[in-house]
Order: sequence, then C-alpha cells, then structure tokens
Amino acid sequence: MNARDLVRALFVAAVAFTAPVAQALEIVIPEGWDSPTKVAVVPFGSAMAPDEPDPMASVDLAGIVAFDLTRSGQFSLLQSDNMLSYPSAPDQVYFRDWRILDMDYLVIGRAWTEASGAVSVVYHLYDVTSEREIASSRITAAPEKLRDIAHRISDEVYEHITGIRGAFSTKLLYVLVEDAATNSPTYHLKVADADGARARTVFRSTEPLLSPNWAPDALSIAYVSFETGKSTIVVQDLASGEREHIAAYPGINGAPEFSPDGTKLAMSLSRDGNAEIYTLDLASRELRRITRWPTAIDTEPSWTADGMSLIFTSDRPGKPQIYQVDLDKLNPDRLTWEGDYNARARLLPNGRHLVYVHRRERVYHIAWQDLERGTVRVLTQTALDESPSLAPNGTMMIYATQDLGRGILAVVSIDNGFRYLLPEAAGDVREPAWSPFIDALRGR
Amino acid sequence: MIRQLFGALSVVLAGVLLSACQSTEPEPEPEPVVQTPVVKPTPPPKEPEPEPPFDENLNPLDPVTRKPLNSTFYFEYDQARLAQGDIRVLAVHAQILRDYRNRSVNIEGHCDERGTREYNLALGERRSDAVRRYLISAGVRSTQIETVSFGEERPVDPGHDESAWAKNRRAMMIYR
Repeated sequence: MNARDLVRALFVAAVAFTAPVAQALEIVIPEGWDSPTKVAVVPFGSAMAPDEPDPMASVDLAGIVAFDLTRSGQFSLLQSDNMLSYPSAPDQVYFRDWRILDMDYLVIGRAWTEASGAVSVVYHLYDVTSEREIASSRITAAPEKLRDIAHRISDEVYEHITGIRGAFSTKLLYVLVEDAATNSPTYHLKVADADGARARTVFRSTEPLLSPNWAPDALSIAYVSFETGKSTIVVQDLASGEREHIAAYPGINGAPEFSPDGTKLAMSLSRDGNAEIYTLDLASRELRRITRWPTAIDTEPSWTADGMSLIFTSDRPGKPQIYQVDLDKLNPDRLTWEGDYNARARLLPNGRHLVYVHRRERVYHIAWQDLERGTVRVLTQTALDESPSLAPNGTMMIYATQDLGRGILAVVSIDNGFRYLLPEAAGDVREPAWSPFIDALRGR
Repeated sequence: MIRQLFGALSVVLAGVLLSACQSTEPEPEPEPVVQTPVVKPTPPPKEPEPEPPFDENLNPLDPVTRKPLNSTFYFEYDQARLAQGDIRVLAVHAQILRDYRNRSVNIEGHCDERGTREYNLALGERRSDAVRRYLISAGVRSTQIETVSFGEERPVDPGHDESAWAKNRRAMMIYR
C-alpha cells in the first residue's frame, strides 16, 4: 500500500468516526474517542497560468495536512467529497457552508511557482463558530520541499487549535529487516517522515542493527551494529553518511542515547565485567562509569531533559525495574514497583510521566506512569510491544509490535488511546525512534 | 641495512657448509654382517594411542563414545543458570580444552524475543559468561575462551511460541 492509499484509508476511517470501530485496518479508534474537534482542509488551489508548472501536480498539500491532523487522534477530518464548496482564497469562504457540516475549523490555501522556481504556499485557518481567521501564513521554499511545507502548515494549524507545538515536521528512524526468518537477513536502518513518506535507507548490513537514536540536532544518529561480529556503537552523520565506531570495548556495547545538549552519549558496556551504565564525552572521549552493581544488568539509559540524571533498567532487585540516577550523587532510586518486568523507559517531555515496556500476565505492553502519583496505566493492548519512543511534543508514542508474526510499528496517542499502524510494504520493522523537532525548511 | 648484512652472512655460511660437504671423502662400504636370528621376546600388547576427540571438521567428540559432543546449552526464561546435565557435558569440554591447549572456543549467548533487545543483549552475555565461568573453574585458560552476546538478534527458530522461545534461549560453544 502506498502513502496515498493510506491517506484515503485513513480518511474513510476518520470520517466514519461515529462508528465505534473504524473499517480501515490501519486505524484503531478506542472506546470513548468521541466528538473530537472537526476540521475541513479544502484541496489547495493552484494559482498558475496555463503554461506554468503546477507545484501540486505531485504533492497533495491539503491531503498531507489532513492526514497529519487525522493521525494526531485529536481531529476528525471532513472528506473532500462531502464539502459543499472549495474555497482557496478568503473572499471565497462562506461560513454557512461549514456550519451546516458541523465543522469547528476550516483550512484553505493555494500554491504557486515563483519566477525563481521556488514554490510559495499561502494558507488560512478559520474558526467556523466565530467566523474569524485565526492564522494565516505564506511559506516559500524549493519545490522539493513541498512536503515539508505541508507538514509546517500542519504544525502551525495544530498549535493554533490546541496550544501545543505540532510535531508533524519530524522524522522516524527505524530498522527494517528483509528476509528476517531466513539465514541471510538484511538489516536496513531507515529514516522517514513522521507520516512514513520519503523513507530512505541510511545504512545497510547483513549483521544485526539495533537501538537507533537521534542526536538532539537530528543531524546525526547513534546505533548498535554487529558488523564486526560483536556489538559496537556507531555514530553516523546523516548528511555525509560518515560513520565512526565510537565504542567497541570487550563485551557488549549497547543502548546509546545522546544527552539533551548532544555532547555526551549514555550507553551500557560490560567492559568491566558486567553490563553497567557509562557516559562518553564525545569531544574528549572520556568515559565515565555511572553504575556499580557487579551482579546486575544495568542498561537502556535515557536522559532527563535537564541532562542531570539518567533513567535506566536494572535487574538488581532480581527482575528488571526502572531506576533513576543523579549524575552528581550516583545513588540510584527505584521508580517502578508494579509487575516483574519493567524495562526501556523514556520520560515524557514534561518530566513527570514515564513510558516503559511492562509485562502483565505474561504479555508485554507499554505502560505509562505518573511519577508523582505513582499511577500506572497500560497504553497498548497488543502483545510483544517494545521500544516506546515519544514525539518531541509528548502527545504521541511510537512503538514496535507484532501483527501475524511480523514486526510492525504502531503509534498511539498518550491521552486518548487513538492508535494507528505505520504500513511497511515488506519485511520486519522494529526499533523506532522519533526525532527531535526539525526545521526542515531552513536550508541545510 | 641489518637485514642486508644477515642476508650476505647467510650466503657466505651456506657456501662454507656446501664446500665442507664436498671436500669430505666418500665413506667406505660397510662390511657385510651375517645376521644370526635371535628370538625376541614378544612385546606386551601396547595401549592404543588415544585418538584426538575431534571429528574431521575439528568439532569435539565424546572421548568415550566418539559421538559429537553437545555444544548447545539451554536456559529458562530470564535465567542464566546452567542445568546439571549441561555441567556434566561442560566437564568433558573442559577436559578436552585442558588436553588441547591449542584449541579455543567462542561462546555465543542468545535469548528469546520476549523482553527488550538491550536487556536481552546483556542477558545473552550472562549466559555465555555462565559457560565461560564454568570452563575457567575447570582449568581452561581464559585465553582459550571468547564470548559474544547476540541477545535476541539471532534466533534459531523464528517462531513466536513457547517451543521456538525454548530453542532460542541458549549458549553455543563453537570450537576454533
């Protein structure tokens, strides 16, 4: 299924929001997901002369914006077939047409090619109830950045309506395994837009790849590669493709995570006998040992937003649980107490909530925990759920799960349980990592 | 420079030796000796020299039965404890590695797919280390042993059920 088909499938699902469960396979609307905000994104107009190239001949801007908003789980989008009019400029908007359709918000826009060859897009966001324009903006960029322009519009519309910064201009990093069940699998490290579009392989190996992770500037990545026959931590520049083996100590070299300021990598190494947490200063290459517990597995470190402490997995109580360690005091505190398998935690951007892999009745789910109140909630209901990674605005979580024995990626809303699956044509998909915020329109 | 000097010296030396041989007089033919038959005592039946406990691919064999020696050891879920039966087999491996100090092993640790990949990477190491520790306690030199954990990345059975998982939770000894 290509991205366009998925857009269509999701539209059907989103429009059928009155049904308790959507028809389309890609989307799961939970119970209680009722009357979300209703938005119409009208197909964008094209202000071109007959001999000018149509910038939207290959990219459906309104379709991308509508697909983005749909995936947030906070909006129900009006199918374009059901619209009564198709305005692309303010003087064509009749609010009556949208009130009849019970819309809360309306987005219109148009695109044209500048004399320089660049593409300009103007959009307007209206509040249908108050009949007011809430936002309007003109964005100009190179023609190959049309998709980026669409995601930027989604980000702005989302923020104007919800007050939360949009995260549609982000990327996903994940591992795709071809021929996973054979003796000769191929591992692809892939980068794609947050909607799954424009996927490209940034590294390929016949040996396992795992734990990919973004630098905070999203210009480089770190991951674990078995290309030398054993686990090695690699840092790779995305633009040049240049790679460096940054940790290849005796024993395991795993779980790299960039610090929020990008100057350090936290990792798990067994060079001193057993898996312990270390930080590596990327400039000085100075290695600092953080944990000391010779009988325990200490792994999966993740930084707090202030870079002052690490969350990590340790089986020092006998079974894996989540701990937090202050990097000055080095005295770990246990954070999870429910269940006998809690691992690979990630903090939400607010620093108060935690998501992690949680085993309950012998099934692995992703759980969410309020660190102040201690309440635990299971976010995902499928089996073998793994690798939770959060959108930088903290509203959505991507994770790996299985569908009919095949690894797939799913995204779930933290707040309302709205969930969708990212389709991949073939292969086993795993180890997703959601990028930090990216400004794709600023020249790179 | 030094190497050139050595080269020159060895050429000279070889020349000296060669000329020394050539200058020797030929040895006179030895006188024929009439052999008188002697009755030798029959030697006691000798112990057959033990055959090395390896097959044609140099994989280990049970020294007694000469059958392939089990080299894969299985573990319980989230455990790295060796089973009693496996320790008996490992004692034979240790004996072989003590007798053949020129042989070494690579011990791979593996896990089933449940649980997180990085935790399993460490758990696989714990399994390969359990085998390593036993071998060292039984007198095998640490220089004869290498370990590597593949975590859950290299299952032998790609299935998603208990029988597949049981096969995948393993440590494997590979002789080199």
